[in-house]
Amino acid sequence: MNLLAATTTDLGMNGKHLLCAVWVILFAPLVAAGSIMLFTQRRKGLSAALSIGAILLSFVLSLRLFVALAGFGIHHQQHAVQWLVVGDLVKIEFGTTTDSLAILMLLVVTGVGSAIHIYSLGYMKGDPGFSRFFACLSLFTFSMLGIVLATNFIQIFIFWELVGVSSYLLIGFWFEKPSAADAGKKAFLVNRIGDFGMMLGVLLLWTQTGTFNFAELPAKVAAIPSGTLALIGGLIFCGAIGKSAQFPLHVWLPDAMEGPTPVSALIHAATMVAAGVYMLCRVSFLILPSEMALYIIAWIGGITAVMAATIAIAQNDIKRILAYSTLSQLGYMVMAVGLGGPTQAMFHLTTHAFFKALLFLGAGSVILALHHEQDIWKMGVLWKKTPITFGTFLIGTLALAGVPPFSGFYSKDQILLLAFDHNKSLFVIAVLTAVLTAYYMGREVFVVFFGQPRDHHAYDHAHESPLVMTVPLMFLAVLSVIAGWGDKLPEFIAGTIEHEAHHPALLTTGLICVPLVGFLLAAAIYLKRDPSDAPVKRALGPLWTLVENKYYFDEVYLWIVKYVQGTIAAACELFDRWILQRLGIGGLSFGTDLLGRTVRCLQTGSIPGYAFLFGLGITVIIYYVVVK
Amino acid sequence: MITLNHYLWISGLLFALGIAGIIIRRNLLVIFMALEMNLNAANLALIAFSKFNKLVDGQVLVFFIIAIAAAEVAVGLAIIVALFRRQQTVSVDELNSMRL
Repeated sequence: MNLLAATTTDLGMNGKHLLCAVWVILFAPLVAAGSIMLFTQRRKGLSAALSIGAILLSFVLSLRLFVALAGFGIHHQQHAVQWLVVGDLVKIEFGTTTDSLAILMLLVVTGVGSAIHIYSLGYMKGDPGFSRFFACLSLFTFSMLGIVLATNFIQIFIFWELVGVSSYLLIGFWFEKPSAADAGKKAFLVNRIGDFGMMLGVLLLWTQTGTFNFAELPAKVAAIPSGTLALIGGLIFCGAIGKSAQFPLHVWLPDAMEGPTPVSALIHAATMVAAGVYMLCRVSFLILPSEMALYIIAWIGGITAVMAATIAIAQNDIKRILAYSTLSQLGYMVMAVGLGGPTQAMFHLTTHAFFKALLFLGAGSVILALHHEQDIWKMGVLWKKTPITFGTFLIGTLALAGVPPFSGFYSKDQILLLAFDHNKSLFVIAVLTAVLTAYYMGREVFVVFFGQPRDHHAYDHAHESPLVMTVPLMFLAVLSVIAGWGDKLPEFIAGTIEHEAHHPALLTTGLICVPLVGFLLAAAIYLKRDPSDAPVKRALGPLWTLVENKYYFDEVYLWIVKYVQGTIAAACELFDRWILQRLGIGGLSFGTDLLGRTVRCLQTGSIPGYAFLFGLGITVIIYYVVVK
Repeated sequence: MITLNHYLWISGLLFALGIAGIIIRRNLLVIFMALEMNLNAANLALIAFSKFNKLVDGQVLVFFIIAIAAAEVAVGLAIIVALFRRQQTVSVDELNSMRL
């Protein structure tokens, strides 16, 4: 309550209303999800209106909050109610954090989310599960906002799992398709591995400090031994590895593309996968003091970035290319955190949310134009048929590749400079990734929008998407262009987390050329009437097969699961069958039976026999009593 | 000179004979008689102790035993007669079932 009082005095008259607004922001989507599931399943229009209304309300209130709080340099303002108290030992609150980090993320989630909700109105038109889709979207929004606003580790963990559940529901939205159902299951299971590590980390942290609260923790971190702190950081990072799909738990994200495209855009590109990075930034006070944890995080990010980028150059599915690109960009963000720059990571997260959502929605528009065709080799010359989609997709591509003055340039540049300052080998990896990014995005754009129509039937029937889909595209395109201008975003977050100022030198000019190299390369190979992968295939040889098959990660994991889990299962089965069943249960029953049979022999019914045994017994007793 | 030990030896011998009779003999009546011998072995021992310890407690106890033995014989013989009426035998080899 002290915190609440402090906040209200800080903010003056309006303060209390604003803090109530935070609760509305959080719960409006939940109310929408609940009412859709319970009451308006059959009335599709009303369901969509509820869901879109809820997120727009959250967005408007977030903007209001942003305007009100932008002037204050607020650090960890919390507004919480006691939720779970176990003696003096455990105190868990349910509350909201309103600092600039949370508000920025609120804006990203609700802003990008609003665009995607509206877009879904067009994309999901006529789907039998229309209402269910919007209910799940709202549930997801609620969970994500819960992560953003969480005041403590337990709260963040609960919403973390809720996000996993809604992701599962949405990936498997078309559950009648076996591949979609499997992809949902895979995403959920792979995430569980990471979440388990995170839970261990949280509990370990609690044993060291006795609190879960983000506001109380920073003061207590210094007392933790450095080895334990590194372990805690590493374990909590496991959660981020799962949720943000980092190597080696990245395998679920590309498969998650089985979900409807708006879901891919919202969850698997813009927001949910960013939760891992956001969480790392939120708890950066835990990670930054530990060299060891930082080192691991930076390298995992770097490896993910370059690995995913190489896989992306050989994919043929329009959404999968984007999925691997997402992996790669998430790798950048994680690497930035690992290099001690949470601000840069958040900056890239924000710009990436804009242009990646834009790219996915653009891809969705293309897919819909071609009646659910996702193979890029069946597309071509679409710039004539779908000019708005093409224009916005191009903006997204340029932003992703990091061409100035698009937003991606500024955020990626900061990460590259950070890498240059701290770790030269990661800098090389990051630059290589940037070249590859421009290359595979160039390939996608040239093959999809240029060349010649390959499938004439599909081409003739291709059409531009309705306004309800193109307007969100344009909205996101504008954001993708301007989000990076003037380094305003990093300055805004810097109030919350540590921020190192950089002074770009000659290096920046060099970095401008990086995407150009990639684009030129892609143009040389793919910008012609009849492009194909053949020249690259020839040049790369077996390497191409390797990346085309995604480094055989799925196969290796399958093998590991098959053999390791199979061996364990066989051993358990043997133990169960032979030790438990035969020796334990069987032995007990056999022993009882044998004893019964033996003792039965004594019951002869012969009186002299009994008398003899009785006499013998008495004699023995007397012997022991008297003689011994 | 006859000491306590002589009496006790005789008593033990009688008792052992009684036990042996119970175990070896097959006729229920004979077993019953052997059982009486056991009681009398005990009686002998009690009287011997009584005589050498100059206390009459043992002799009083012996009267009780004789009285109880008489009652026991009455009950036991009645059971044996009833048994014989039903089973037409008093051999323990044939009387090995709880069911009549």
